[in-house]
Amino acid sequence: MRARFLPLLAVSAAGLLALTGCVANNTSDSEHAALTVDSSADACAVSANEAPSGNLSFSVTNSGDQVTEFYLLAEDGLRIVGEVENIGPGLSRDLVVQLAPGNYLTTCKPGMVGDGIDKTAFTVTDSGDDIVVDEDLDAQVEVANTNYAAYVRDQVAQLVTGTTAFADAYLAGDDDTARSLYAGTRAHWERVETVAESFGDLDPQLDLREADLEEGQDWTGWHAIEKDLWPAEAEAGFTAYTPAQRENLATLLVADTATLNDEVQDLTFTLSQQTNGAIGLLDEVATGKVTGEEEFWSHTDLWDFQANIDGAKVLYAGVRDILLEEDADLAAELDTEFDQLQVLLDAQRVGDGFTLYTDLTPEEIKAFADQVNALGEPLNQLTATLVL
Amino acid sequence: MTDTPPPSPDSVPAPAPAPAPAQNSAAGDGAAAATAPRGLSRRGLLGLAGAGVAGIGLGVAGDRVAAAAAATAAATEANAVYPFYATHQAGIVTPAQDRLHFAAFDVSAGTTRAELIELLQDWTLAAAAMTAGQDIGDFGADSGPYDAPPEDTGEAVGLPASGLTITFGFGPSLFQTEAGEDRFGLAGSRPAELVELPHFPGDMLDAAKSGGDLCIQACANDPQVAVHAIRNLSRIAFGRAAIRWSQLGFGRTSSTSTSQATPRNLFGFKDGTANIKAEESAAVTEHLWVGGNDGPAWMTGGSYLVARRIRMTIETWDRTSLREQETVIGRNKGEGAPLSGGTEFTEPDFTVVGRGDAPLIDTASHVRLAHPTQNDGIRILRRGYNFVDGNDALGRLDAGLFFISFQRTPESFTTVQLNLARNDAMNEYLKHVGSALFAVPPGAAKGSFVGAGLFA
Repeated sequence: MRARFLPLLAVSAAGLLALTGCVANNTSDSEHAALTVDSSADACAVSANEAPSGNLSFSVTNSGDQVTEFYLLAEDGLRIVGEVENIGPGLSRDLVVQLAPGNYLTTCKPGMVGDGIDKTAFTVTDSGDDIVVDEDLDAQVEVANTNYAAYVRDQVAQLVTGTTAFADAYLAGDDDTARSLYAGTRAHWERVETVAESFGDLDPQLDLREADLEEGQDWTGWHAIEKDLWPAEAEAGFTAYTPAQRENLATLLVADTATLNDEVQDLTFTLSQQTNGAIGLLDEVATGKVTGEEEFWSHTDLWDFQANIDGAKVLYAGVRDILLEEDADLAAELDTEFDQLQVLLDAQRVGDGFTLYTDLTPEEIKAFADQVNALGEPLNQLTATLVL
Repeated sequence: MTDTPPPSPDSVPAPAPAPAPAQNSAAGDGAAAATAPRGLSRRGLLGLAGAGVAGIGLGVAGDRVAAAAAATAAATEANAVYPFYATHQAGIVTPAQDRLHFAAFDVSAGTTRAELIELLQDWTLAAAAMTAGQDIGDFGADSGPYDAPPEDTGEAVGLPASGLTITFGFGPSLFQTEAGEDRFGLAGSRPAELVELPHFPGDMLDAAKSGGDLCIQACANDPQVAVHAIRNLSRIAFGRAAIRWSQLGFGRTSSTSTSQATPRNLFGFKDGTANIKAEESAAVTEHLWVGGNDGPAWMTGGSYLVARRIRMTIETWDRTSLREQETVIGRNKGEGAPLSGGTEFTEPDFTVVGRGDAPLIDTASHVRLAHPTQNDGIRILRRGYNFVDGNDALGRLDAGLFFISFQRTPESFTTVQLNLARNDAMNEYLKHVGSALFAVPPGAAKGSFVGAGLFA
């Protein structure tokens, strides 16, 4: 794959703090009270010190000359209920939260150091709206994190095993076996692709497409071998690799996969990394798989498609119980759309594989693209719904 | 744009007195002399005869607005007229108009050097007329021999000049084909830097939407006026050159003058805030115009045009969080201020860090990677347009940015683009599908034609 934005790494520190919040900012409800906050050098002026329970938005403007943060704290002054960070001087950013009745504190942190200034009481009165407060959320998130980390380790372990067998066959000149192992082995990579992509050079070394090369750059990884294994699909004049080239590519593939395996042993995932991981996997489908651009020579794009969806489903399943409490409607919608997509994929199963991309009709491809969009819209609400 | 346009010697809407405006006579005489041996071919009649005939009192086809009875003083944008004959070609530092029709041409097989020169002369005359808000030819759109096709296609009748500019360029293949053929005896005049752009990481170029021997950029504040220009210039070229690919742009994505508000691209963000502006004369000289010692003399005062058809996967972009969108761009969406703080025109401060000492302007953000401080001080003048060309087979809008930039040397673009192609977080939402490079010669003097220096 081309070097791309890395959802796992790009998520800011907000994700790290998500575990401390207990009330989700479900923004899907209609009405919300709008407040403003003026964060200056020495004050944190909130436009009101009382609001009805339900959805609230704080539009925080930084009128000082340092980077600032705004916090909404629980009554104890310690637990963070909601926050916005990294507001540059002169800029504004919104905090949208769902608040239960009770007593809170507001504070700003110009310069992003210290305990915060101008700590002020903020009261949320009972509007009669039903607000879900789940005291077990932290524990649920922790379980989801642990399970997902284990899933990633398991998939990468299977990738290591499969890659070795694939490389052996390729080196032995047993191209039929190598071709038969190609898509199934890559599925382990594709299931955790957004994690694998977060390790600097490993992603381009293992998964770069030919179009992503710059002039003079060495091409390594799965797709370089793919082209050699399906030479009939390559451009006219393509010459098969020499044994030395084959050995070089196979050796690097195995070594880089081993490095990946080392890297994932100690990973942990925040809630937003999980939700954005699911979103990122579906983006992979939308950008590369549904268009047939990923597997340019083998045309095994549907194997990757299914694997990306497998990974997204695992991530979704890990947070689904939490989502059921925060927004059961969204969970129901996601269940439906995932199922619909799986129906389309199942219709293309052939043996233990799938129809080649080039054998799909335009109507079938269009149906996939439409369903990816149908799933993508609600899936992209997941982070905002679950993470503060 | 609210300012009045630059003064023009042939401002509209002044009813054309007889005899015809001096400009047309002068231009026509010069060009007619150059092509006299050919005689009054159909092409000659179309492109050249007007001025000569005008001299004996028939007059050129009338100014369109003057001819339109109901011509009222519309907005200055509609009335803007930019002189065609100038030191530099118009359509570069000209305040970016709202609409674009761009076309790349291939010279037809069998066309000779003389015929190529003649085409450029015909194009020059027609462009001068159209940019002045006039029909082309002797009789224009709705008069002339009853059994002959009208000289002008007519769809711009009644419309003002609308700030039309027509800018011509020469592609590398005009000088030498890929096979090495020098069709027009131009290989020796080819600037060393006029070579095909390199493959950039991620490029998925469609050959049918890339390259070309010649290009015409028509910009106007009325789409019909821009289309009218390309349509008529294409018609003039039939038999000598044919359109290889073309592109409509419906909204400008940059401002080239401090008098203009910054528009938005299809990502919904302001684009071109830090563009070179016409008012920055030092920057324009340093970064835009080919200097006297840069290469062949015929390019002095010219520039290099890069065109890139950049498809945006807007469906995916639209469902990304505001956090990611602003992180990718490096500016906030509402104001267009850099995330380091301030307002739109505040210079981004890449050293400002937030939580965890992470830079507020992400290291992979577009604004950082495209910034002169990250590219050896390089600046380019961007003049791109939004496009939506229907949809693809997957039901996605075939939408994006038709990127156009002008720079003193193509290397400026290559340096910045390589940095972006390698590192830009925005690449996840982009696909470059078309690419072309053209040498844009300096402006033509009255009586001469665009690119005359190349054939001298």
